[in-house]
Amino acid sequence: MIELKHLSKRYAGDKTGGVIALDDLSLSVPEGSLFGLLGPNGAGKTTTLRILCTLLAPDSGAVTVAGIDALADPRGVRRLLGYVAQEVAIDKILSGRELLQLQGDLYHLQRQARDRRIAELIGLLGMDAWIDRRCGGYSGGMRRRLDLAAGLLHRPKVLVLDEPTVGLDIESRTAIWQVLQQLRDAGTTVMLSSHYLEEVDALADQLAIIDHGRVIATGSPNELKAALGGDRVTLRVREFSSEDEALKVQSLLKDCAGVRQVVVNRAQGFSLNLVIDGDGVVEQLRRQLAEADLPVFALAQSRPSLDDVYLQATGRTLMDAELAVAGSRDAKAERKQSMR
Amino acid sequence: MTTAHPSLEAPTPAAEPSALAEISQETLALTRRLFVQLARRPSTLVAGVLQPLIWLILFGALFANAPAGLLPGGISYGRFLGAGVIVFTAFSGALNAGLPVMFDREFGFLNRMLVAPLRSRSSIVLASVLYITALSLVQSAAIMVTAALLGYGWPGGAGLLLVLVTLLLLVFAVTALSLGLAFALPGHIELIAVIFVANLPLLFASTALAPLSFMPGWLGWLAALNPLTFAIEPIRAAYAGDLSLSTVVLVAPYGTLNTVTCLGILAALAFGLFLAIRPLLDRKLS
Repeated sequence: MIELKHLSKRYAGDKTGGVIALDDLSLSVPEGSLFGLLGPNGAGKTTTLRILCTLLAPDSGAVTVAGIDALADPRGVRRLLGYVAQEVAIDKILSGRELLQLQGDLYHLQRQARDRRIAELIGLLGMDAWIDRRCGGYSGGMRRRLDLAAGLLHRPKVLVLDEPTVGLDIESRTAIWQVLQQLRDAGTTVMLSSHYLEEVDALADQLAIIDHGRVIATGSPNELKAALGGDRVTLRVREFSSEDEALKVQSLLKDCAGVRQVVVNRAQGFSLNLVIDGDGVVEQLRRQLAEADLPVFALAQSRPSLDDVYLQATGRTLMDAELAVAGSRDAKAERKQSMR
Repeated sequence: MTTAHPSLEAPTPAAEPSALAEISQETLALTRRLFVQLARRPSTLVAGVLQPLIWLILFGALFANAPAGLLPGGISYGRFLGAGVIVFTAFSGALNAGLPVMFDREFGFLNRMLVAPLRSRSSIVLASVLYITALSLVQSAAIMVTAALLGYGWPGGAGLLLVLVTLLLLVFAVTALSLGLAFALPGHIELIAVIFVANLPLLFASTALAPLSFMPGWLGWLAALNPLTFAIEPIRAAYAGDLSLSTVVLVAPYGTLNTVTCLGILAALAFGLFLAIRPLLDRKLS
């Protein structure tokens, strides 16, 4: 349904000499799927979606939606797409209903059909209590639901959502998840970006993990996790180990039978992340540590998660990647990028 | 191209509605939004009427006792000032045309419009032009009525038509300029600064407050090149009851201009400015 081929995009920067947002990114979204785009902040998720929605032209590459070339026929693609942006831009002076009516007119809906559809969406998203109040007083969850309704007005074949649940209360989040699943079940192709692992894991049929503007893994959540194989063990010999001690434990354990990999996690107080295969390996580890007179502060075993997929591909966890960029993001520059 | 399988061909949309119908639907919706904003936040309108009213009342009174015969044609200062303030009202109203667009750019609302399959992106510009034209004309009408009540005169039926045409041309030109600035400048602070700086000097360096004959040579040149002057003089003539289009309304340092020439210059300016900002709009709205 959506084909992105070899997309590259570089933002010109004043001081830094520019940022490469997308670096030869390609991905393919099957029709009728709920597709998750997972990656840390700054990975290129928003840029990808903005290019898909014809708000931004890539420096190179091709975009097609349902066989329509988005660069040659942007209007054709706009008709098929509903887009729910990350920063919800609403008109504070209008009521929610007036905003939906305006949006309906921009999509050329007939007046009666428009108002019928609005009533339908008000029911679907539980907005009747406040839809006739001015948008200026809406909470984050209300705004997001209104924006989702705006994206769905024209019954798009493809719904694109940029971080639809960031900062939302549980109730709004659950409401949005339900609507997305219903849409997918009714045949709409849904593409959403997220930096919440659980969200993508729970919702998506297919996903792509992106990092630094490139796709580093793609498939269904189960495929990706199964492809990694093995169980994950997080081991701390003390609450806070020194690097020396962690390296000592690493060399002690890395040759044990059933241990595939031992990584020292510097960001997490020099804990150790192990990948193990087979039964009885954990007991074996405990024995090994006891023989070497090393304590065990914590030892946890789990199935591989999407975070492990990310860790495997990039050498860091998603959370560490988030922290690494948290200080270096320039909100002003990003606002400029999205401004026409 | 190979022959496509029938099911793979794009379905032909059921009788696409005409471009005109779609463009008017989107333009009307966008214009309605601007008017709803105005109705719920009328301070722009109030200030836009109040400011020229103060000019008219206070500035008009300033020279009430000036020696008779001071002004060409022996008219009172209030009568002289009327045309200037009417034009200034329309001008400063139209100069604000870019502000709603700028806020839409900054708050991302423009992106919401651009994601929609607008039949023509000109609808966004057209809505602004319709809105600001209506608003400027309402403000100008309020000033004209006040001027009449103050005893500064009222143009007749044909005179009104001349006033209307003149104001429309000026409003179109200034709106084009303001919309161009709204897309060229980085933010509303800069736009407001430009509006603020442009406003008063353009008023002073025109024939709104004093005739050319009162000014030193250099200022006379500036005033005789100022677009506001080309709008003020035909309206002043209309107020004086002189509706002949070939009457000389401005004796500029470079020659004499009649009403038709003034209107022609304004029309060329409006047309030229819209042409000039088109590449910018095409780029920003592509």
